[in-house]
Amino acid sequence: MGEILNIQNLSITPKNAPDRFLVNNVSLSLSAGKTTCIVGESGSGKSLTALSIMGLLSSQLQAQGSIQFQGQELMRLDNKAMQDIRGAKIGMIFQEPMTSLNPVLTVGYQIGESLTAHSGLNGAGLKLRVESLLQQVGIPIERANSYPDELSGGQRQRVMIAMSIACEPALLIADEPTTALDVTVQAQILQLLDELKTRMNMAMLFITHDFGVVADIADDVIVMFRGEIVEAGSKHEVLNKPKHPYTKALLACVPDAEGKKQLKPIDYAWLNGKKAAA
Amino acid sequence: MSDIILQANHLVKTYTQRSGRFGFGSTKIKALDDVGIALRAGSTLAVVGESGSGKSTLARCLLQLHPFDSGEVLFQGQDLAKLSGHALRDVRKHLQMVFQDPFASLNPRMRVGEIVGEGLLIHGLGCVAEQKEKVQQMLERVGLEAADAEKYPHQFSGGQRQRIGIARALVLSPKVVVCDEPVSALDVSVQAQILLLLKELQQEMNLSYIFISHDLRVVRHIADEMVVMNQGKIVEQGKVVDIYNAPQQPYTQQLLNAIPGRKAA
Repeated sequence: MGEILNIQNLSITPKNAPDRFLVNNVSLSLSAGKTTCIVGESGSGKSLTALSIMGLLSSQLQAQGSIQFQGQELMRLDNKAMQDIRGAKIGMIFQEPMTSLNPVLTVGYQIGESLTAHSGLNGAGLKLRVESLLQQVGIPIERANSYPDELSGGQRQRVMIAMSIACEPALLIADEPTTALDVTVQAQILQLLDELKTRMNMAMLFITHDFGVVADIADDVIVMFRGEIVEAGSKHEVLNKPKHPYTKALLACVPDAEGKKQLKPIDYAWLNGKKAAA
Repeated sequence: MSDIILQANHLVKTYTQRSGRFGFGSTKIKALDDVGIALRAGSTLAVVGESGSGKSTLARCLLQLHPFDSGEVLFQGQDLAKLSGHALRDVRKHLQMVFQDPFASLNPRMRVGEIVGEGLLIHGLGCVAEQKEKVQQMLERVGLEAADAEKYPHQFSGGQRQRIGIARALVLSPKVVVCDEPVSALDVSVQAQILLLLKELQQEMNLSYIFISHDLRVVRHIADEMVVMNQGKIVEQGKVVDIYNAPQQPYTQQLLNAIPGRKAA
């Protein structure tokens, strides 16, 4: 019902070390109008999972399993077919807006590029569409003629968002989109993404390491640890009633704004024992 | 008051930015605009603000790493700007810094033992054997091993490198340590370890911290007092508990409201 993406038993290994699992047997499902957060520390495999959906894995890596997008098996598509989906039906926002934007092209041109490529829009029609996109993400339309370095970090990320939603994708993947931003700007961007998700009824896959952000934006939460999903459930279940020892330990590390909580670092030796026993 | 160990009064620092066509024009940007802080011995003072607020400039001016336009920095009542040469170097022993990026702040071509021991060497403290022992003790104290002194920075993870940075700062038994975003590049589990380590070391060595951070959740846990900076000015200062419970200034309220996860909690 409303299912947009279904991943079954996805595993990613380096080509030259096929027994080293960077992502191990991951299964998940995303539905329209819902935000699913993948939380994990560096090296947990959360970004690799996102990249494999887009077919953007490094050529050094190989993926196995099944990724069904609107009933279509993405793993079997060739590069040409994947290009038609990438940027059109699946949009993506990256962490660092400055390195993702081309510094020598105006932002208006960059937003229009995918529209021309995917829907053949040109001339006045294209200009109108770009202006409407800028408006939707809260940037004055005159800014279409600006270059990325003339914008602030928050505005750049808004431009990235405008680019990613230009073709009205069914799925939006956001990989740590607010990590490089100040807190007040972060709050604005999170709100914008949430509004767009609801208005356009997109499925959103949101990758983050920050449980505060999860609490603000998620409907469902997936916790990854060393390439595996250790816990998945609704936001309320995972944040308030965590079951897996790693989720509990990770939550105990997050400082709270009230200062009531005693911070407790993760005891990996204990965790490994638990994992072996489980 | 006598228990104030580091004090800054009326600090002003302006940067000149090229502007206009071909950069022929120039505009002055006030990075610090009449900033005053006071750090109590044995306590932690957090400096909070968004990017461009001047918090890192303040850190650098306090340590005399940047010249400032006017104002004074007093360490134990002594005006640092009036010191030079040997006298300044002697004082610097007591003022150390832990940097944000544990990847960029350690020289990749030096062994960890050399990085941590360099301060001892410069200040001529102890003979070679004593220095070596001191370095090994310090490494063990921050949770590394004595044998790690022979390794290079790239052989360590981000959290371990930050431990090396802390060992480097503390080996001279300083009185004041300026921590510039020491945990913002780290995973939360590693962040928790480093925050606890800093707190333990503070009690053991009676350290005073200036803690620069943009993360208000971290500040709530580590600091006793705080100043909030915006566009080079201090907009609010006081005890952390008071400011979190009842922020007076609209800017501080805005910052606290923007803490992710607060609404849901």
